[in-house]
Amino acid sequence: MSDNMKIHLKYWKQDGPTAKGFFEERTLDSVNEHMSFLEMLDVLNEELQLEGKDPVEFDYDCREGICGSCNLVINGQAHGPKAETACCQLHMRNYKSGDHITIEPPRAAAFPVIKDLVVDRSAFDRIIEAGGYISVKTGSATEANSIPVEKEQSDVAFDYATCIGCGACVAACPNASASLFTGAKIAHLNKFPQGEVERYNRVTAMVDQMEAEGFGDCSNFGECEAVCPKGISISAIAEMRKDYVKALW
Amino acid sequence: MEMKLESHEPQGPLEQKWSKHKKDMKLVAPNNRRKYEVIIVGTGLAGGAAAASLAEMGYKVKSFCIQDSARRAHSIAAQGGINAAKNYPNDGDSIWRLFYDTIKGGDYRARESNVYRLAEVSNNIIDQAVAQGVPFAREYSGLLANRSFGGAQVSRTFYARGQTGQQLLIGAYQAMMRQVQEGGIEYYPRHEMLEVVIIDGQARGIITRDLVSGEIKRWEADAVVLATGGYGNVFYLSTNAKNSNVTAAWRAHKKGALMANPCYVQVHPTCIPVSGDYQSKLTLMSESLRNDGRVWVPREKGDKRHPNDIPDAERFYYLEEKYPSFGNLVPRDVASRNAKIVCDEGLGVGDTGLAVYLDFRDAIKRDGEDTVRAKYGNLFDMYENIMGENPYKQPMKIYPAVHYTMGGLWVDYNLMTNVPGLFAAGEANFSDHGANRLGASALMQGLSDGYFVLPATIGNYLADVKPGTRYGTDHAEFEKAATDAQAQIDKLLNIKGKRTIIDFHRSLGKIVWDKIGIARNKEDLEAAIKEIRELREEFWKDVYVPGEKNNYNKYLEFAGRVADFFELAELMAMDALQREESCGCHLREEYQSAEGEAIRNDEDFSYVAAWEFKGLNGSLEEVMHKENLEFEFVELKQRSYK
Ligand SMILES: Cc1cc2nc3c(=O)[nH]c(=O)nc-3n(C[C@H](O)[C@H](O)[C@H](O)COP(=O)(O)OP(=O)(O)OC[C@H]3O[C@@H](n4cnc5c(N)ncnc54)[C@H](O)[C@@H]3O)c2cc1C
Ligand code: FES
Repeated sequence: MSDNMKIHLKYWKQDGPTAKGFFEERTLDSVNEHMSFLEMLDVLNEELQLEGKDPVEFDYDCREGICGSCNLVINGQAHGPKAETACCQLHMRNYKSGDHITIEPPRAAAFPVIKDLVVDRSAFDRIIEAGGYISVKTGSATEANSIPVEKEQSDVAFDYATCIGCGACVAACPNASASLFTGAKIAHLNKFPQGEVERYNRVTAMVDQMEAEGFGDCSNFGECEAVCPKGISISAIAEMRKDYVKALW
Repeated sequence: MEMKLESHEPQGPLEQKWSKHKKDMKLVAPNNRRKYEVIIVGTGLAGGAAAASLAEMGYKVKSFCIQDSARRAHSIAAQGGINAAKNYPNDGDSIWRLFYDTIKGGDYRARESNVYRLAEVSNNIIDQAVAQGVPFAREYSGLLANRSFGGAQVSRTFYARGQTGQQLLIGAYQAMMRQVQEGGIEYYPRHEMLEVVIIDGQARGIITRDLVSGEIKRWEADAVVLATGGYGNVFYLSTNAKNSNVTAAWRAHKKGALMANPCYVQVHPTCIPVSGDYQSKLTLMSESLRNDGRVWVPREKGDKRHPNDIPDAERFYYLEEKYPSFGNLVPRDVASRNAKIVCDEGLGVGDTGLAVYLDFRDAIKRDGEDTVRAKYGNLFDMYENIMGENPYKQPMKIYPAVHYTMGGLWVDYNLMTNVPGLFAAGEANFSDHGANRLGASALMQGLSDGYFVLPATIGNYLADVKPGTRYGTDHAEFEKAATDAQAQIDKLLNIKGKRTIIDFHRSLGKIVWDKIGIARNKEDLEAAIKEIRELREEFWKDVYVPGEKNNYNKYLEFAGRVADFFELAELMAMDALQREESCGCHLREEYQSAEGEAIRNDEDFSYVAAWEFKGLNGSLEEVMHKENLEFEFVELKQRSYK
């Protein structure tokens, strides 16, 4: 076990949404290969506090790659170098002693910085609010097996439904578009017969909200799919566009 | 003075209690509902479902959570599944059987009436979730699939790959967001509740801290629901999310709400072991792994050979030897306890000695690697990602970890605490799992509470509250609660000591794990109380809380939560000390048979221990009240897994 990796860190500090940000640097001398990336940042923060300095703020909760809280951009890559892995699940054995690591928040007009590496992603909530649901009141559901769904179709819906709402897709997109996030929800719900009734209202409401929030357009770069920790396919965006056009007719 | 704990259970046959109660409860007319405001703290399955459902009915809901979005509540991490008594596989399941398994699994320390209702409502949950678009696993017929989970003899578990919690939570979250859009819910993420406000004996509001601006805010309402999750993080390391905490429940406790059975904590046997001091949480591996993996340690202490080089005769397959009929499939608590025993004896493996092997060698030999991959591929991948070892080639290392807390705020059949107007739902209450929770039952309980129970029982309470009653947030009780909340924050920031919050939390966790963990005894519990008090005193003298109060400050949040864990820990030890029996997950070493089987004492301990806060002055002062559990419908039996 190696307990002595030297890691040179450069991380973003910013006191608030309007404050000017800057990079701070620090070298950690005893990083263990079994640490997760966020545990390495915990160690950094313990060191800073013991010197009476302020820790660097970053978002996290589950540390299991499922809540979507963490969203660091590591050496320019959302969630870092490992495919289909949220940065809380990234382990330091993917690095070697002497490595330089730069950590930034996702940069997008629609995700203003709250502090350091923590950003405001409430725009995502508002996109869901606009129509990312099936309108069924508690108590008004029919018996579960009265709506058979072809297994294959249900599996495809599931692939879209695995989105954790982290915002890596926005961070990676040169246009800071939220199309993969929005498209994944639309595709998930539209694949089900239960979602059919509101299909076209849903797509227009959500796409319009996405634009109103200041996210950019999709130009098919495909960067979003590459960084998505759940490997959600860019075909979600095609589904969304197809339905949006139909809805306008 | 003895406080009378009224469970408000309806009388009559078990099968008719809930329907009778629904018939008897008072209603609030639709046009009156918008005159009532309900605060719901927490947006996990329980809180999210309650917020959506109450808003749909027309109540004005205010919803709060710590995370930046309701969708990120800890419920998102649940993996295995959710139980329901649909009996789709036609394998003999029924509402009665689900009820019976749950009450027996809880080792007869839960209320029959609550548990029966849970089983009854379970089927509606599946209907609701499917209608919302939750992508449960399906058969080729297009109908829903089920599996058997956690040793159940029937296949009653519905699942969505290994992400059942995520999919159910997203369903509840979307329903909630629809109500935000429609104006039924005012939504406040990144707000932490610090105090509940009680006026004239009734819960009338809460105090929160805006986690972005640091502002202390006051909120008034006609009822308050705490759906704030479990307290497993008192152990520092657990499978819970990092923000999971006891603060809301504990602060309510300090204002008069009773805390029930705090010593009941479930430890899950198959987690990835601790690798070092920097470890921040523990990752659960599905217990389905025990279906094919064999658990062992070397027979010789200090055997440093590679596991593959240790011949069979020198391996101690301790579960198979001790429990020949159940073997590796003994229940969670038995598996966890035995892992600790062998490690305490010095037989543990890995760098820390705090791990046992879970070996798939024989399963791979028998069924082939492809079959094993088909069953457990994603779990093996996850293990390899975290541990950097290939479990197809060498045994996994596992160790038990704290997973779920059965204890929580005491509630009656209506899920109301002893404080009128203050309700508790989901893992935050103590209601349905007794001394041990069965797999796939927490999701069921959270959603039952949120979708179906609270919407009915809150109306029953509000029907007696005059609509439009407002005291104003400048009322003395609001003033006092807000001042107290701010004062504690200032105090924490002003200590400017030398030890970090995490350092203190880790030390507290070690005491709780070593002495109030898998196995307890009088001597250890008494020592724990002393050590907790000493460390708590040191915390308030020497903790270093960085940053400022009027900005985003995660460590300041943690400091407040750790302060509460320090008090809860003492109560857990007190509770474990008074319960001189072994039941469910609570094993008192003095109360076991010569073979190490737990001995339950129904004669003297068939009660819920509900604690009343009396003060804190170096030591915690609490008075215990008992709610006796009557078993009218089931016969009490001792568990045996030999
Ligand atoms: C890894 C793992 C796997 C699991 N798998 C299963 C499974 O397969 N099946 C099963 O049935 N159960 C499972 N469980 C248990 C189950 O997930 C939980 O018991 C359940 O989800 C708890 O839901 P809840 O709504 O009560 O609380 P939570 O989901 O914990 O939500 C708590 C909410 O309260 C908020 N909150 C807390 N304190 C405050 C405060 N002071 N102010 C404001 N907001 C606050 C939080 O922000 C959050 O929104 C699992 C648990 C773990 C850890
Ligand atoms: S912290 Fe939850 S996904 Fe990373």
